[in-house]
Amino acid sequence: MSHDDSHEHHEENFVSKYIFSTDHKVIGIQYALTAMLFLLVGFSLMLLMRWQLAYSGKPVPIIGGILEKMFGADALGGAVTQQLYNSFGAMHGTIMVFLAIVPLAVGAFGNYVVPLQIGAVDMAFPRLNMMSYWVYFVGGVTMLGSFFVKGGAAKSGWTSYAPLSVVDAAGPGQTLWLVGMVFLITSSLLGAVNFLVTIIQLRTKGLTFMRLPFFVWVQFVTAFLLLLAFPPLEAAGFMQLMDRVAGTSFFMPSGLLISGQPHAATGGGSPILWQHLFWFLAHPEVYVLILPALGIVAEIIANNTRKPLWGYRSMVFSLLFLGFMSFIVWAHHMFLTDMGTAISSFFQATTMIISIPSVVIITALIISLWGGSIRFNVPMLFALSFLPMFGIGGLTGLPLALSAADVHLHDTLYVIGHFHYVVAPGTIFAMFAGIYYWFPKVTGRRMSEFMGHLHFWPSLVCMNMIFGPMMIQGIAGVSRRLWDGGLIYEHAAPVLKWNAIMSHAAFGLALAQLPFIINLFWSIKHGKKAADNEWEATTLEWSAAASPPLAHGNFETVPEVHRAAYEYSVPGHERDYLPQNEPE
Amino acid sequence: MSAHSPDEVKKEIKVYIGIFVALMVLTVLTVAASYLDVAIAIGIVIALLIATVKGGLVALFFMHLKSEKVLIYLSLFIMLIFFLALMILPAAMQANTFQHNAD
Amino acid sequence: MSVEIPYITKPRPDTGLTNGKLGVWLFLASEVMLFGAFFSSYAYLRAGNTWDDFAFGRPGIEIAADAHADEHADEHAEHATDDHHGDAHGEATAHGGHEGLSTPLQPSIPMATFNTIVLIASSVTVVLAWASLLLKNFGRFRLYWGITIAFAFVFLVVKYFEYCGKFAHGFYPKTSPLLGLYFLMTFLHVIHVIGGIIVNGYLLGPGSKMWKTDPERFTQRIEVAGLYWHFVDLVWIFLFPILYLLSG
Repeated sequence: MSHDDSHEHHEENFVSKYIFSTDHKVIGIQYALTAMLFLLVGFSLMLLMRWQLAYSGKPVPIIGGILEKMFGADALGGAVTQQLYNSFGAMHGTIMVFLAIVPLAVGAFGNYVVPLQIGAVDMAFPRLNMMSYWVYFVGGVTMLGSFFVKGGAAKSGWTSYAPLSVVDAAGPGQTLWLVGMVFLITSSLLGAVNFLVTIIQLRTKGLTFMRLPFFVWVQFVTAFLLLLAFPPLEAAGFMQLMDRVAGTSFFMPSGLLISGQPHAATGGGSPILWQHLFWFLAHPEVYVLILPALGIVAEIIANNTRKPLWGYRSMVFSLLFLGFMSFIVWAHHMFLTDMGTAISSFFQATTMIISIPSVVIITALIISLWGGSIRFNVPMLFALSFLPMFGIGGLTGLPLALSAADVHLHDTLYVIGHFHYVVAPGTIFAMFAGIYYWFPKVTGRRMSEFMGHLHFWPSLVCMNMIFGPMMIQGIAGVSRRLWDGGLIYEHAAPVLKWNAIMSHAAFGLALAQLPFIINLFWSIKHGKKAADNEWEATTLEWSAAASPPLAHGNFETVPEVHRAAYEYSVPGHERDYLPQNEPE
Repeated sequence: MSAHSPDEVKKEIKVYIGIFVALMVLTVLTVAASYLDVAIAIGIVIALLIATVKGGLVALFFMHLKSEKVLIYLSLFIMLIFFLALMILPAAMQANTFQHNAD
Repeated sequence: MSVEIPYITKPRPDTGLTNGKLGVWLFLASEVMLFGAFFSSYAYLRAGNTWDDFAFGRPGIEIAADAHADEHADEHAEHATDDHHGDAHGEATAHGGHEGLSTPLQPSIPMATFNTIVLIASSVTVVLAWASLLLKNFGRFRLYWGITIAFAFVFLVVKYFEYCGKFAHGFYPKTSPLLGLYFLMTFLHVIHVIGGIIVNGYLLGPGSKMWKTDPERFTQRIEVAGLYWHFVDLVWIFLFPILYLLSG
């Protein structure tokens, strides 16, 4: 440790190397581990809720006692009470969307892969990058901590609709939710600026925009969505915070009665205003969840079909159009508010239009498979199954886009089934695909194929057994967020039998994740050694960097790019791939 | 920053002072206008118009937006569209509800 | 660490921009959306209420709440301070009946006008400071930059008295939607001013050593910090008429 020649040259101790690191790769791994932990937490909450839906009011087996110790009266006798169910429901959504998937898709994959794919030595602002992670971390801790305050965590759904969220005075849970959100939003905004500047400014020589890997494109558009859609929710968060702690009435209507008693709020506010500001973010957020998945799947499909992506340019332009349109469809979440036929027609039309670019991208990916000699490795299996799963999720959204059909389907389990098809077997499968695909790059070793199969097939079956029946229940009119799963409703009786089946599928899904967790940790030390370019890929992260890449600076020499991103099976060449950095 | 010769910078400084004076005049104008006895709608339009002119002067001259790179214009243009969507659409829905209740 | 991130001081040839400048503009774009959401809320809540309800709150609701206030012992104290403008509500059937005020912010117009002038002046000193660096006049830069920070403090002091005046008058964030928005928006703006003071203070103090080692990069930093400060001014230019001057 005698590097004293320059003050920039500080010593690399454990803390600065692994904890407060400014290296995008370390930060990417930090994001990945934290986000996967939250994924597990969100998943566990879901398992407890599914237990309750299948065996209403019965104590949770094995961990019931622990639950009672943790949550006290809210888990009386080890069962999931209504209070607990409500907070699990709200926190499952919040944790999955804001703490698990977005940080995994953008913070982890984006951070690790984007600078490598564009031939950059790091992100444009490394210290800002570190700060994004730690602000996210604080937000996450705040959210988790809110479980253990008086009255428990937030209970007003992940959407936190007012006035329920404002009048919930059981304790500081909802207030902590808002504080946590402010941290998470700030982290995302810092990250978004960093990604945009990195992609625009740090592309290496020869890497024009139309030569960018599709994954970089999706991160670019995603960052724009985060940058411009998140601030209104931050504003709304401040306003709800004021409503809760300073007694303002931004979202509190005049003359509000609660159990027949007038509420003390001064009134004059509007609950609908919260919905506007919330969905102004949350609809683009849907695309923040799905676009990185599309990018990962595109990378893996091009690589494993050994063909260029079909229609790269139309995919890019569809992506830009998709990002743009995602800002003017938000009120389709609000068809049941009084907006009038003219405005609802506007939002129905924009919502129908936005399905077109999504279909173009999916179609291009399916056509890319045509005539390829496909390698069916584990990342490819996940990527392939993404296509029909996302397809089902997307197409089941169309009835919700029409206000007439939405009147029946709104707030039923159909909606839950629809968006979970998009996000769970859709995005999360793409995340798994990405983990299996880039694992050799990160660790220099491969994950076990056998264990991968053991993970993939049961997951695929279970996912469909959970979310398929959910839509059947929804069409029958069963509402979401019901503690008893619809027991007290006569109209739910014919479809109640699905509850136990779905729950057991969920427990099966939990078991199916065990091979993955074992595989992930076991392969770090004991996996098969991987070559630098293990998948014989064309993009820079594989062709120009070692596995794992150099600690600082990524490359031996900064690569130069000579061709488009997916030059596979070019006629007249010995190998079936031409790396981007290989001179003619 | 080699593009800025000392002479140019000195010329720029004169422009800055000019803008400063203009902003002061407009500030006085907007306060004075608020005491005019005109219809509410016209009062709002006047106030917003003056604010937009002032904001425009700050952005164009102090923030040098009058000669920026195309990428910045593009980003701000995209932002402007979403900004207008955020301003107009909720208010339009609100106005509709108001109309509805009045009928 | 041998990592050199390019385009920190020299612009990238094809974009013509440095990282910092692009970064700050993108950040400001997101800030526009943040304040935009508040302006949108202003328009939304204004359109959903009569002016009296929007600006001064609804007396009817408070009376209804009073009837149940016994359940909330802690609220008695607040209602005591609310009394004198509560009386005003009682007779406030006609517009402008609130102690002769057309808007609860009317008493602050002189202070707010003064603050507008202070912020605009500080914006000018920022560009002048930057121009001084271009002319390699570091002494002049320090003078202008110091004045900018001093103006920022003046702004905060005036703001403090303005808030005190509001409280003394019995105007709280909970009083009405307008006052809620007023306190929230101006406070958020104050936070931005404080952030600017911290950054600009650093650049005047320890950060200014960079002028000796890397003047180009220092000039770049001043330009970026300046862009942020102009934005703070820009937001105020819109806050001022909308919050203080409009009445209905």
